[in-house]
Amino acid sequence: MSKWLEEHLPKVVLAPSFIAVLVFVYGFIIWTAWVSLTRSKLLPKYDIEGFIQYDRLFAAPRWDVAMNNLFIFGTLFIAISMVLGLMLAILLDQNIRTEGAIRTIYLYPMALSMIVTGTAWKWILNPGLGLEATVQGWGFETFTFNWLVDPDKAIYTIVLAAIWQSSGFVMALFLAGLRSVDTEIIRAAQVDGIPTWRVYTAIIIPSMAPIFLSAFIVLAHLAIKSFDLVIALTGGGPGFATDLPATYMYAMAFSRGDIGQAASSAMIMMGVVFTIVVPYLYSELRAKND
Amino acid sequence: MKTKVLSAVSAVAILSATFASAEPSAEVLHYWTSGGEAKSVAVLQKEFADNGGTWTDMPVAGGGGDAAMTALRARVLSGNAPTAVQLKGPAIQEWYEEGVLADISDVAEAENWAKVLPASIADHMKCEGNWCAAPVNVHRVDWIWANADVLKANDIEMPTTWDEFNAAAEKLQAAGVIPLAHGGQAWQDATVFEAVALGILGPDGFRKAFVELDEATLTSDEMKAVFDQMRKMRGYVDENFPGRDWNLATAMVMNGEAAFQIMGDWAKGEFLAAGKAPGEDFLCASTPGDGFLYNVDSFAMFDVDGDDKKAGQQLLAKLIVGKNFQKVFNLNKGSIPARTDVALDEFDQCADLSAKDMQASSDSGALLPSYAHGMALRGAQAGAITDVVTSHFNSDMSSEDAVQQLLTAVQNSM
Repeated sequence: MSKWLEEHLPKVVLAPSFIAVLVFVYGFIIWTAWVSLTRSKLLPKYDIEGFIQYDRLFAAPRWDVAMNNLFIFGTLFIAISMVLGLMLAILLDQNIRTEGAIRTIYLYPMALSMIVTGTAWKWILNPGLGLEATVQGWGFETFTFNWLVDPDKAIYTIVLAAIWQSSGFVMALFLAGLRSVDTEIIRAAQVDGIPTWRVYTAIIIPSMAPIFLSAFIVLAHLAIKSFDLVIALTGGGPGFATDLPATYMYAMAFSRGDIGQAASSAMIMMGVVFTIVVPYLYSELRAKND
Repeated sequence: MKTKVLSAVSAVAILSATFASAEPSAEVLHYWTSGGEAKSVAVLQKEFADNGGTWTDMPVAGGGGDAAMTALRARVLSGNAPTAVQLKGPAIQEWYEEGVLADISDVAEAENWAKVLPASIADHMKCEGNWCAAPVNVHRVDWIWANADVLKANDIEMPTTWDEFNAAAEKLQAAGVIPLAHGGQAWQDATVFEAVALGILGPDGFRKAFVELDEATLTSDEMKAVFDQMRKMRGYVDENFPGRDWNLATAMVMNGEAAFQIMGDWAKGEFLAAGKAPGEDFLCASTPGDGFLYNVDSFAMFDVDGDDKKAGQQLLAKLIVGKNFQKVFNLNKGSIPARTDVALDEFDQCADLSAKDMQASSDSGALLPSYAHGMALRGAQAGAITDVVTSHFNSDMSSEDAVQQLLTAVQNSM
């Protein structure tokens, strides 16, 4: 008996969470895929009607806007957060005196929920209340910063707030990476008289490739599932200029009673996530098998 | 005659039988959770208790009813629907088609609802000829509110045509006043849009476009004129409007920062709460043009098991349409009673005007459901129209493109 337990205990312990994941993640993915092929409106229906919901989705201008926004937001958010995070990390790595305090300050935005970040930035960026009004109050009458109310620029305010929130976290990731580089190699380089910037570009940063990959994966999935920040900062407006796929899906499922349409947009979102994650998993698994 | 007596007797018999056998109880799902609204529900709750009923309150706040609908979906799917649910417009029929609504024709006939409710409002309460919901109030949507002092200072009368409105707005703009207080949220854009559309298309055109979704009307030159006027309205709004809540826009009218607001009569509650008097501090009028756009709150009755719940449902329906509740509730809420035989002595002049216009437009066939507030169309269609309206309002889209997109959006939403 005890031998059986010893052999099977790990499996028994893992079974509940395995079953939960199987049902609540993969089960519901299949369920959503099924519903996305039906004409479900208020309540889910199960008669398959083909790809009608996908036709409707791709014909909707609002979905176009949402996908474009995802592209703009995702690219800028990931690129700028990584560059900024790396720079902060390198600057912090120079053995400065108050590193602990500064690190905490930069990491702090991560402790806020996106709703708080969004609301605070909504006030900061509101032309009548925040930055623009303040600077104009100082006497610079011609100063304008009205991105929040400009349908063409509003998406960049979301990028701004998201970077503010996440770059500290990326900094922490990179800082850990910098610290894990073998100091012997760096010392050897210094002895050889190689300038510091070359030590970074030629030795340290290339050796941190795995950290870049994890930072990218973390930021990419944050970008794709972004929802609360948009709701708090712009509410998807002006008009629907800052809609993202997640807010589109929410509007269809919960405001409009159009569950089929919501399910089809969810499937496309999942497709986007897969195109990013699958190559990553593939490379990881292959590395282990070799 | 004989059958009428019989049915009346049987209705009474059913009522008394259910009352006798079980204590009426009702679980009521609603989203009236803010100050004035919560007070209004408490009135119903008290009346229900006074008549021997047990009320289980199920308020779900958030998202303008979205959260409540999500809760309802979960309850219905698990086969345990609440007794009564705050639902309105075509959503009632949508739920009926899912096969989950009850028939309350007994009460409706015993209480003579068909006589006391305006015909077009009564139609919303029926599912394939049987009564399945009870109306609570009538909000008028096509109101224009104004700051009396600002109008006086600039020598402007309440506009009765859209040209007059445009002239007034340009005068105000020259005087440094924001002509139109507006909040850039999709539903507010849609509210202004439907008021403009009613004025320009007229009641018949409005019905064709937003009730029957007639494609010729949706792409007509009149519809282009509606979008042209919307483009002008965009120019009368201040720069900071995106995302603003409607009550903040109302406050702008109150403190004289802006002159007009186009909003349903819930805006009146804001004025009254701030101690402003109708006719003196603020003015109310219907937006330019004929017709009356209504937004009727109602309770749909769901199919429930158990005599106590069925009795509760009957009692609830009877009380909701009862004269006393209709009066007290609407005094609190700022709307007017759905039944037309309630004395309006205690109501203010805006409500009087609303009631008078409702009667007149009901007689002339111009009593119309509001599309922006989910009374005219189902969610998917109304949402598709709103997408076009708000995207036109917030960009430099031409009116020709707008009507074309309107047509495609409506076709795509079917």
